[in-house]
Amino acid sequence: MHELPQQLANGLILGSMYGLIAIGYTMVYGIVQLINFAHGEIFMTGGFGALTTWLALPDGTSIWLALPLMLVGGVLTAVLIAMAAERFAYRPLRGAPRLAPLITAIGLSIALQQAVWSWYPNAKDARTFPQIPGGPISLTSSLSIQRADLFLLVAAPLSMVVLGTFVRKTRTGRAMQATAQDPDTAKLMGINTDRIIVVAFALGAAFAAVAAVAHGLRYGQVDYQMGFIAGLKAFTAAVLGGIGNIYGAMLGGLVLGVAEALATAYISDVPGMHQLGGGSWADVWAFVLLIVVLLVRPQGLLGERVADRA
Amino acid sequence: MRHRSLLVLSATVATGALTLSACGSRGSDNKSDGDSSGTVVTIGVDAPISGDLSALGLGIKNSVDLAVKQANAQKIVPGVTFKIKALDDQAQPSSGQQNATQLVADKSVLGVVGPLNSGVAQSMQKVFDDAHLVEVSPANTNPTLTQGENFASGQKVRPFKSYFRTATTDAIQGPFGAQYAYNDAKKTKVFLVDDKQTYGVGLVAAFKGEFTKLGGKVVGEDHVNTKQKDFSSVVTKIKSSGADIVYYGGQYPEAGPLSGQLKKAGAKIPVMGGDGMKDDKYIQLANGLADGDLTTSVGAPVETLDSAKKFVTDYKAAGYSDPYAAYGGYSYDSAMAIVQAVKAVVADNNGKLPDDARAKVVDAMGKVSFDGVTGKVSFDEYGDATNKQLTVYVVKGSSWAVAKTGTFAG
Repeated sequence: MHELPQQLANGLILGSMYGLIAIGYTMVYGIVQLINFAHGEIFMTGGFGALTTWLALPDGTSIWLALPLMLVGGVLTAVLIAMAAERFAYRPLRGAPRLAPLITAIGLSIALQQAVWSWYPNAKDARTFPQIPGGPISLTSSLSIQRADLFLLVAAPLSMVVLGTFVRKTRTGRAMQATAQDPDTAKLMGINTDRIIVVAFALGAAFAAVAAVAHGLRYGQVDYQMGFIAGLKAFTAAVLGGIGNIYGAMLGGLVLGVAEALATAYISDVPGMHQLGGGSWADVWAFVLLIVVLLVRPQGLLGERVADRA
Repeated sequence: MRHRSLLVLSATVATGALTLSACGSRGSDNKSDGDSSGTVVTIGVDAPISGDLSALGLGIKNSVDLAVKQANAQKIVPGVTFKIKALDDQAQPSSGQQNATQLVADKSVLGVVGPLNSGVAQSMQKVFDDAHLVEVSPANTNPTLTQGENFASGQKVRPFKSYFRTATTDAIQGPFGAQYAYNDAKKTKVFLVDDKQTYGVGLVAAFKGEFTKLGGKVVGEDHVNTKQKDFSSVVTKIKSSGADIVYYGGQYPEAGPLSGQLKKAGAKIPVMGGDGMKDDKYIQLANGLADGDLTTSVGAPVETLDSAKKFVTDYKAAGYSDPYAAYGGYSYDSAMAIVQAVKAVVADNNGKLPDDARAKVVDAMGKVSFDGVTGKVSFDEYGDATNKQLTVYVVKGSSWAVAKTGTFAG
């Protein structure tokens, strides 16, 4: 069992990334009851936005100097694309049957992938992403953390705190809560719900872009398809945690990440399960977990409101 | 509750749709060269022209294009003009099967070069064989494609007589790699990883057999998925297993990041693999941490062969935007083998194409023998290349250097 601390750390790091992306799904769902399946691609464009910023900087710029700028570049790109998507792809369909915006989301997801594939220079293969130099940091003999992951370990909790404070303390945040509870009444109370919806899309995109930069730093590459699997996992995390609940999204992400890591490491050691373990089965076990949780708690781990709303 | 079921339904539909969209075909790329006087014979190409493996696929397509242009310019087959029809399989067996049907339907197609992936080849072989259309792969290395399911136990049965390849098989490549790892690199403890694809699983099994026979130990095994990005769990297992080498059966889009993440986590052991890993993109994807990683690849290095120098010069002169990659020379030879087979068929029929040209080309292919880019090109009774040379490459800086060239002795 001497791998356990390391596998837990792997899971938490991976889960933080899922959680950051999942916030976008859950916020949009909480307010407009739309599963924005293009969110994975918004995440991807955030990665390319950050890469573009890096390429625009002069050669030899220190990564520490470049990282904040890349974050700004990535967040800006993702937010602008998400806002445009909301304005031109989703708003015209507001009030339409729910399947219509869902199909639009799938179409948008394919369109964004193909747009990056065909127009971003050399994006037909994976593009390499700048790296934080230096080896792993050993905490104990059996636990070491890579430098790139420190970014995620700081960014994920920080984002959660910022988001939580924003939703609870600011006017816009409270307006978001009101809109989520009852859009019609919120409108009657003078809340500009259209603006609130845009804010929800923009916030989700911003967190996705942070996750995309973390993804680039961690895996050293971004590619036009990276949003597909990451998006699917994050959606799973959002449902697992209770869709509509921002803390649920992060918790769902962490649970999913840890479950994947542990399934890879330990399932094959269970007697008789040798065939069902290993890295390639991680996704299967993650979804088994999702099904079990939904059977026992249909609203997800932290979902309370969903039962009567969705 | 109506909305809840809608949520579940929409999630299911969307997941399915996204999965489908991920493997949808992305158009085909047709090119025709030369004038249309006389008979036009099309050489089909099936390779991953887009997607993760496009670096290898475009190399195949361009090399065939070059062969066709030269065959036309030199009038190798009098009265016949060759053209190329390249289809994209995105490394997906389902797309490969569709492309095969499409190529069979085009009556002017007398031979197909491709595919890159052994798994894709499995989905195409029967379609081509039913139509007696010859298929020459420059890159498939899985032994079962030519020698049947039970090749390992010595019962070699050729499943499809229209299938040929210019590449060497994993039954030779795997053991050749194992001998290098054990005898030359002095590695004794291996951790095996494969991507569950036909190619990767077969290669790892072949490596494992020879490595353990030599006295090496397998300290762990794991499997990954294609398109996987996060290998942290596998890396942790490799580190704690005490392995001194990792053998990876699969392609560079996963192998590169795996190597990079392994080195980043502090494991100073090389990753070794087969020809699917040997691309410059591998070194990039490992973020410059691939130094010392090894691959075996089929044939002698194209750059060092005298016969290949002309190919390299011509390829550069033709101005293709992508490099010829790992299989360029083999693709050129595959296309030329089809040209030679067509030539033999036409010569047997008083200078004209017979009505059952496809079946005749299949028969002629078995007897083809000429000096190609990669050496002598001819096929044995299973459709395998008679040229069984292999090379071990090692990453030095940002490129692959030759570590050893040889012929597998068994």
